[in-house]
Amino acid sequence: MERIQVLICAGTGCTSSDSKLLIDEFNKVLSNKNLNTEVRIIQTGCFGMCERGPIIAVYPDKIFYNRVSINDVNEIIEEHFIKGSYVERLQLHDIDEITKEKIFNLDKLKFYSKQKRIALANCGLINPEDIEEYIANDGYLTLAKVLTQKKPQEIIDIIKESKLRGRGGGGFLTGVKWQFAADQISDEKYIICNADEGDPGAFMDRSILEGDPHSIIEAMMIAGYAIGANHGYIYIRAEYPIAVKRLEIAINQAEKLGILNTELFESKFKFKLEIRLGAGAFVCGEETALIASIEGKRGMPISKPPFPAVKGVWGKPTIINNVETFANIVPIIKNGAEWFNTIGTEKSKGTKVFALGGKIKNTGLVEIPMGTTLKEVIYEIGGGCSNNKKFKAVQTGGPSGGCLTNEHLDIEIDYDNLISQGSMMGSGGMIVLDEDNCMVDVARFYMDFIVDESCGKCTPCRIGTKRLLEMLNKICNGEGNIKLLDEMEELCNFIKSSSLCGLGQTAPNPILSTLKHFRNEYLAHVVDKRCPAGVCKNLLLYKIDIDKCKKCSICSKNCPVDAISGIIGKVPYKIDENKCIKCGMCFNVCKFNAVVRG
Amino acid sequence: MLKLNQQSISFIENCINEDKDKKGPLKLILHKIQNELGYIPFEAMKKISESINIPISDIYGVVTFYSQFTLKPKGKNLINVCMGTACYVKNSENLLNNISKITNTKVNQTSDDGLFSIDATRCLGACGLAPVVIINNKVYGNTNTNKDYEKVLKELISNSKKVEDNYEKC
Repeated sequence: MERIQVLICAGTGCTSSDSKLLIDEFNKVLSNKNLNTEVRIIQTGCFGMCERGPIIAVYPDKIFYNRVSINDVNEIIEEHFIKGSYVERLQLHDIDEITKEKIFNLDKLKFYSKQKRIALANCGLINPEDIEEYIANDGYLTLAKVLTQKKPQEIIDIIKESKLRGRGGGGFLTGVKWQFAADQISDEKYIICNADEGDPGAFMDRSILEGDPHSIIEAMMIAGYAIGANHGYIYIRAEYPIAVKRLEIAINQAEKLGILNTELFESKFKFKLEIRLGAGAFVCGEETALIASIEGKRGMPISKPPFPAVKGVWGKPTIINNVETFANIVPIIKNGAEWFNTIGTEKSKGTKVFALGGKIKNTGLVEIPMGTTLKEVIYEIGGGCSNNKKFKAVQTGGPSGGCLTNEHLDIEIDYDNLISQGSMMGSGGMIVLDEDNCMVDVARFYMDFIVDESCGKCTPCRIGTKRLLEMLNKICNGEGNIKLLDEMEELCNFIKSSSLCGLGQTAPNPILSTLKHFRNEYLAHVVDKRCPAGVCKNLLLYKIDIDKCKKCSICSKNCPVDAISGIIGKVPYKIDENKCIKCGMCFNVCKFNAVVRG
Repeated sequence: MLKLNQQSISFIENCINEDKDKKGPLKLILHKIQNELGYIPFEAMKKISESINIPISDIYGVVTFYSQFTLKPKGKNLINVCMGTACYVKNSENLLNNISKITNTKVNQTSDDGLFSIDATRCLGACGLAPVVIINNKVYGNTNTNKDYEKVLKELISNSKKVEDNYEKC
């Protein structure tokens, strides 16, 4: 047995920061020094702190090093593994607010101490490409117990009692869904894992699949046993190559060990699992569209009922659950519904994984108990806005969600609270916006996304969202008026009430919530023809304040179109409005804040 | 009209034979062809139509519905600029314009010399490193401060010039 284990994150974030090269370098240097029997390098899933990647964890010392580069490998091996002293400059740490001392203990780091990891429990701890590690961590034990000791209905009852709600966004009770499908009489039923994580800014499903693929396979098998299904599909985005590869490996290993595709124990339960790739269509996250896509058709939704639990893929009863929902199944069965009910709020039990992104210090993946306030997530776990900018809003729920502001920071995060404030849980993207972000532009960004992704089947969504985008473009270009805001709001409500599927029904949310919370910003665009955040180019005007100008010429030197004239040290500089292309270069380079934007 | 070479045709036929008896084979076959050839040639649609008995118009409908299937070949170097929310709020639009300028390629198009294709893509899930660009499957993150991607693009351009030079000398 080796005396040191080094866990290196091989999730998408850290792989992008070259963690693969790091693994090779460690192995190379260790074998050069004949240490490869004493130190073992293990690639794992996501630790959550993607922005600080690549991250490595050294056990049993429980030391985390962040932003490790190949050049640091030798030092870590020499100092830490051989001499036993830590490389402090690379260590992940907080600074105590009172004593100003560095805190290295992982359990005391703010980023981790507020979290409770259930769905992500194994991520960053085991090698996702090795089924033995999963099994050593009690993997597939729950499945074995379920198959030998419990009846299918008992499983459904536990899930019902746990009050687990779908983590894909809708928040429908998982146990109730399973019951629907279990009650159907059919020669064949299907389990589908929805890993078509299309919400921009959400990557929790990907991280779970990359870090702990077997937990999803085990949960799908339990679900299959519970409702009487022998066949499963994992529908995953083709944009996630690492996750796809790990899933393929996991399914292969499970087949070889006789877990998948083999009759298990006396139950005679046999489960077959296949991967189906998405092909870049956001609407395929919708259940009926996803089913059409698996069947090889255009991914267009159909009206419900019949629900997939009654008539799903190939016309058979089908359960579709999100990755994170499945990730909660094994812990619930293992620890019981009562345990799960001790976590969370009255109507939303358990935890939720959020992908923190945007203008925030600690971007990455966090799992928090339901009921944690937005403030705790953004300021204590996330560390507040980056670059000391002022917090403006937080966007949750992706293109179906909305923006929440400063005044909402004290609300406790759960399904119902977010909806009552005009946003939604969605799949768990949480994008922080600061004073430099224009809310009209953000609304336009989402509408652009929706217009592109609308499947075109129903008119309100196909044409309505296009009209909304045109209106927003007008506003951003300074061609809007007050009447347009009312027209836009009216159209939003039409689309909401008359679209066929969830995509269209929620598409206007980004506009409605920004109109509600940031009406002043819209008014500044349409009345004063001004963009307060300085984003909408057509509404910007750059000027140089003569009193502040130090005549240093840096603005003039950086101007790409020679629009700034003056004489160094003598005549203050001036911008020619006719030539200016509003690129903002002068504003960014001026050290004396003499360039004003308005 | 350009004709497909024999190698591509037999690849297409193999794909069809491998998957045609599975349930819902169309997308499985299309994925393989797209991955190998970089696009879905019309001949492929015709062959699929004949062997799995789906009208060619339906196949065309599926190909054009999904953004990952393309009807035209992509450039030699693939550039994906992430336009997910986390990247967008960190100014990925500038990144996109910059890359478009450096490579002289229009967004969502292939350059005239076939050297580059630029796609403004959906969230790539590397939000922690926003804004992000993927050049030939390698991710370059934090591009507001880290300009490595510019070097890489310029190298790709100069390397291709070298190849051309050699070609002329021959």
